[in-house]
Amino acid sequence: MTSRLSKKKSERPYDCQLRRLATVVIVNQFLVVAAALFSMGVYGLLVRRNIVLILLSVELMLNAVNINLIAFEAMLNTPQAIGQVFSIFVITVAAAEVGIGLAIVLLIFRNRRSANVDELNLMRW
Amino acid sequence: MEWFETWGLTLTVFLPVVGAVLLGFINKENEDALKRTALTFTVLAFLASVGVVVGFDFGGGAYNTYQYEVNETWIGAIDSNYHVGVDGISLPLLVLSTFVMVLAVIYSWNHWDEPKNPKAFLILMLILATGMNGTFVALDLVLFFIFFEIVLLPMYFMIGIWGDKSPRKVPGFSKVFETRLYAAIKFFLFTLFGSAFMLLGFLALYFESGSSSFGRTFDIPQLTELGSQGFFANPTFAFFVFGAMFLGFAVKVPMFPLHTWLPDAHTAAPTVGSVLLAAILLKLGSYGFIRISLPILPDEARNWAPFIAILAVIGIIYGSLACLAQTDMKRLIAFSSVGHMGFVMLGIATLTDIGINAAVIGMVAHGLITGLLFFLAGSMSHRYHTREMARLGGNIKLMPVMGGILAFTAMASLGLPGLAGFWGEFMSLVAAYNPLDGLSLGVFRTGMVLGAVGTVLTAGYMLWMLQRVNLGEPSAEWEGHELHDVDRFELTAWVPLIILIVVIGFYPKVIFDTTTDAVTSLVEMAFGGDTTASITSVVKGS
Amino acid sequence: MSNLLILAAEEGEHVIGAGTGGFWGDTAWIMLVSPLIAFLAILAFGKRLKNQGGEIAVAVLAINLLWATALFILNMTEGVLDASHTFEIARIGSDIVFELGWMLDGLSIMMYFLVNLVGLLVFIYALGYMRGDVRVPWFFAAFSLFAGAMLILVGAPNLVQLIIGWEGVGLASYFLIGFYWDDLDNVKAGNKAFMTNKVADVGLILGAIIIGVTLGSFDFATLDLAAIEHNEALAGVALAGGLLLFLGAMGKSAQFPFHIWLPDAMAGPTPVSALMHAATMVTAGVYLMARTFPLYENFLVENARPLMVAIGAITLLGIGLLALVANDIKKVLAYSTVSQLGYMMTAVAAGGYTAGLFHLFTHAFFKALLFLAAGSVIHAVHSNNMTDMGGLRKSMPTTFWTFVIGSAALAGIFPLAGFWSKDEILATLDFEGYQIVMWIAIAGAFVTAFYMTRCVALTFFGDYKGDAQPHESPRIMTGPLIGLAIPSVLFGLVNIPGIDWPGIQNFTAWLGVRVVGMGDHHAESIDIVLAIIGSVAAILGVVVGWMIWGRDRDTQEARDRFNVPGLYPLLHHKYYVDDAALGMVGATTGPIARFVDWTNTYILDGIVNAVGGATKWLGGLVYNGLDQLGVDGVFNGLSAVADSTGSSLRRLQTGRVQQYASGFVAGVVILVAVFVFVF
Repeated sequence: MTSRLSKKKSERPYDCQLRRLATVVIVNQFLVVAAALFSMGVYGLLVRRNIVLILLSVELMLNAVNINLIAFEAMLNTPQAIGQVFSIFVITVAAAEVGIGLAIVLLIFRNRRSANVDELNLMRW
Repeated sequence: MEWFETWGLTLTVFLPVVGAVLLGFINKENEDALKRTALTFTVLAFLASVGVVVGFDFGGGAYNTYQYEVNETWIGAIDSNYHVGVDGISLPLLVLSTFVMVLAVIYSWNHWDEPKNPKAFLILMLILATGMNGTFVALDLVLFFIFFEIVLLPMYFMIGIWGDKSPRKVPGFSKVFETRLYAAIKFFLFTLFGSAFMLLGFLALYFESGSSSFGRTFDIPQLTELGSQGFFANPTFAFFVFGAMFLGFAVKVPMFPLHTWLPDAHTAAPTVGSVLLAAILLKLGSYGFIRISLPILPDEARNWAPFIAILAVIGIIYGSLACLAQTDMKRLIAFSSVGHMGFVMLGIATLTDIGINAAVIGMVAHGLITGLLFFLAGSMSHRYHTREMARLGGNIKLMPVMGGILAFTAMASLGLPGLAGFWGEFMSLVAAYNPLDGLSLGVFRTGMVLGAVGTVLTAGYMLWMLQRVNLGEPSAEWEGHELHDVDRFELTAWVPLIILIVVIGFYPKVIFDTTTDAVTSLVEMAFGGDTTASITSVVKGS
Repeated sequence: MSNLLILAAEEGEHVIGAGTGGFWGDTAWIMLVSPLIAFLAILAFGKRLKNQGGEIAVAVLAINLLWATALFILNMTEGVLDASHTFEIARIGSDIVFELGWMLDGLSIMMYFLVNLVGLLVFIYALGYMRGDVRVPWFFAAFSLFAGAMLILVGAPNLVQLIIGWEGVGLASYFLIGFYWDDLDNVKAGNKAFMTNKVADVGLILGAIIIGVTLGSFDFATLDLAAIEHNEALAGVALAGGLLLFLGAMGKSAQFPFHIWLPDAMAGPTPVSALMHAATMVTAGVYLMARTFPLYENFLVENARPLMVAIGAITLLGIGLLALVANDIKKVLAYSTVSQLGYMMTAVAAGGYTAGLFHLFTHAFFKALLFLAAGSVIHAVHSNNMTDMGGLRKSMPTTFWTFVIGSAALAGIFPLAGFWSKDEILATLDFEGYQIVMWIAIAGAFVTAFYMTRCVALTFFGDYKGDAQPHESPRIMTGPLIGLAIPSVLFGLVNIPGIDWPGIQNFTAWLGVRVVGMGDHHAESIDIVLAIIGSVAAILGVVVGWMIWGRDRDTQEARDRFNVPGLYPLLHHKYYVDDAALGMVGATTGPIARFVDWTNTYILDGIVNAVGGATKWLGGLVYNGLDQLGVDGVFNGLSAVADSTGSSLRRLQTGRVQQYASGFVAGVVILVAVFVFVF
């Protein structure tokens, strides 16, 4: 696969440049979407009191990152498709994280009959 | 016995820690096995050190030559080697260390401070032993530093866990601390503070030596050689390096005004802890001066000597005066260490062979005598459950043997001629009369007079302690209490100390013959020539 | 030592004989070691023995006496030249060598003989005296320790061994003064003795260091030689070293103003007072001065001798007066001892090597005798106070007669031992040109006779005033009294000027057997005038004393009349007229004595107590103020600052993750802003 891609590049140098210019424009739009999504995530993380919603917000932020990764990959078109690999990696980790996170939330809820973060201040001095 | 030549010191140092590892596998409930194992390994370490003495060539040789030397690459990246060896200066201290450790284990046979847990306590003791023995034989600065610091942890835990639980009000703090925690943290922080600077000093030496023929080195003999050739002559460099190492060693000695951790640590520590602290740990500092500071930076040592002497003399007077204000027996003994170590430091500060010999014998004597005093103080507070001298009194009537030994030890501590304590004090005064050529006679001779006055104060507080603790009629409080006189474990631990105190007192040759060659050649190498030439016999010729 | 002999001979000093003492000399170390072994043995087995260890102590001293006598006789007949045996106990480099050993010269041999003979008699006496007392094994153990330390002291060939013995006897003294330690007052008396001596010992130790380091040797032989050669290095430090050693000697020999510990030391059992605080230990200071005599003779004649003589003179008269007002019989003897030590010190300081030592020698016997006799009386009447005694001559004849002999010898009545030695001192003072001091010494002789008469009269004459039934002491106690009475009478004969007994050399000759000759003055014949003046002073003292106290008075008031002089004579005018002359004496001597006593109690003791108190106070100040608040305060302050900073900062840790996250986001925003707008 590596050899094929590099061959393409060398065959069509001009075409490649043009395409890159086009993707920059498109990438900007993707980035805006991702930023918006990320901001929503941050907002949710900071203001929500329910742990489940906080977890969802974290997911939003992760997905914003994923969008960025894909967008940049499309633009840079790296030989190893690093962006795509990473986004898949993030998705996997996110899945694991949600699994553990929800388990913790469940335990907290069982123990304290509440999923409200304000009541979880065991870490206080 | 070829193999012993190479393995002797390593065995002495590491046998205890092997014992500590073994103890880890023994069931906590099996107290007997724990104690036997610990005793076995301390005795083995002691025997190894005795083996070293047996094979030791007392003929000496030039300074900076060591026996039982082992020099293997250890951490190649920083040119640090596993370099160990003994000479006449470290040998007595090494034997003292292994010896007192055996006695400490014997003593603790049936003396456990709350919360007992012999397993943990013995493991800590054995680790401590390795640290102490190692410091005395290390010939590599990194190795030295590591052993020097290893000692801290076990002692920290000993004080912090088995220490005195009474509350203590600390000026400046609104809350009240547990004495043991306060003391342990204070001990730890003080020492760590000092040794951080010491490490800086070591590193500076390492990098500075880069341009020498040895290349960058942590090796003490190599640095000593450089030092004697005047390699570290840059005054600013030497000043700061000496100062940094001074802080590290002075805290440990301890010298005024860095001594304040000592009374607290001693008072709070469990009996065995304070014995080891007094008998050996304090010597690490003064040993560091003799082994590292003086030979490596001889010119700077000359500059610092009057300053050290002044601090030492202040320590003598100050420690003795503070003793006169004590109501707590253990604290009194602790403060007496400040005074006694003042004599040791005064001897070192003279930079003469007499003074340094005085320092070594002073260290050994102080180890034996103050160690014994702390044993006694511990045993008495085991029985009376108080250390307040106001409540004691007539002890010799209640416990004749214990009282007798206490009187003997107090006499030894006040420097009675014919007992070990005398030589260190007397000789350091002798040395102070005639310090190294070029040092201020005024400072040292004033120091000599004040030191002599210090002996009077020492006698004063020791007699006063005897009066309050030993003599008179016992207070009514103790009527009906069954106070057991000395038991066999205590006797086993103490009698050897008593015998040694008398033997060294009447025949100090046993120590001096070991030290004198090494010390003389040290002085010759570092400060040039036979410094006592100025006082050679004017009559000998006739 | 042969080169020393030659050197001494070249100097033209008298060197007699060249023996080494043979077997006895070579094995004399046994004397120094055996009491220490006895000390341990008594501690170990004393309790199980019939006499609780006393037999061990007596046996050891008896064996010692064998050696001491052998050496004494050898020395008198053949002459034993300075032989010293030493072995090395420490060597520092090649310069400083410490040795232990034993000396065999006139001075040491005299002291061996003295310590062992008096010691043996006192030990035997103590067997009876201490019977039934508490802690008898400890008594004999400490007493043996004393004997050992004293012999180590007098046998010392160098200053370091002397210091070992010196502090050793101090330790034994501390133990025995505080022997009845159940009572803290006795403990304090022991502490006072030890501390007073310790202060003076600073002088001894520093003096030893200065001289030893300068000479490169602590040996007395080296010092002697350097002194007679007028060694330049020694000359530089001779004044400082000599005066410092003298300071040490003042402490041990209870010279003014260090005499304060000796009367308190009477808290110990009477045999202790007899042997240690009268006959032997307190003479160690005089011994030290004699031992280092060449130093003083060659370097300190002009600059320091007047001071030292003055201190001796003040002691001999000033402290002697105190004996006039003491009621405790042991205190009377204690003051008397201080006064006699003043005589010895005056003599030695003035250059009378033989005179001082001769008095030391004779004094040991009669003062020990007096103490033991006093002990016998105390044993009988169960009181130290002379107001509880009186009329005892009938019930205690042996004690009475021996006490009288001792008193007469002390007073210097012809031909008892004290007469000869006191006369020798007067002659020396005259010869050395200290006429004023000589007259002070004569006055002292009067006072001595005066207070001893008082003591004898109040104790043995008149009516008995105590409660107990007085009885003569058992033979084990009277035996030593007789044993001491004989030398008190006879031993003056060994040194009569101008008389040489056949076959033996006189005291001056063999005492002077040292590495170097002592070159002091010994009259060729008796100075009759001086002898008569001295005798008259003594007899006058007895007569006047007898006139005052000879007749028993019924009332306490009458007996103490002397104690309140100015007042009593006025009230009893009749009596004043009757004994006008006596009243005069009372009126003049009394106030002086009272004044001295007052000074002693309130000024000197006051100073001592104040110094002690001030030191303790200073200790408190240093500890509580300087150490705990100052030095430790700095460190505690540092940690307090860290602590308070920490406790303010930790409030940030709310435990709310969202707050942390907000901070984090805010931080990111700021950073982004910085990157975007600034860079």
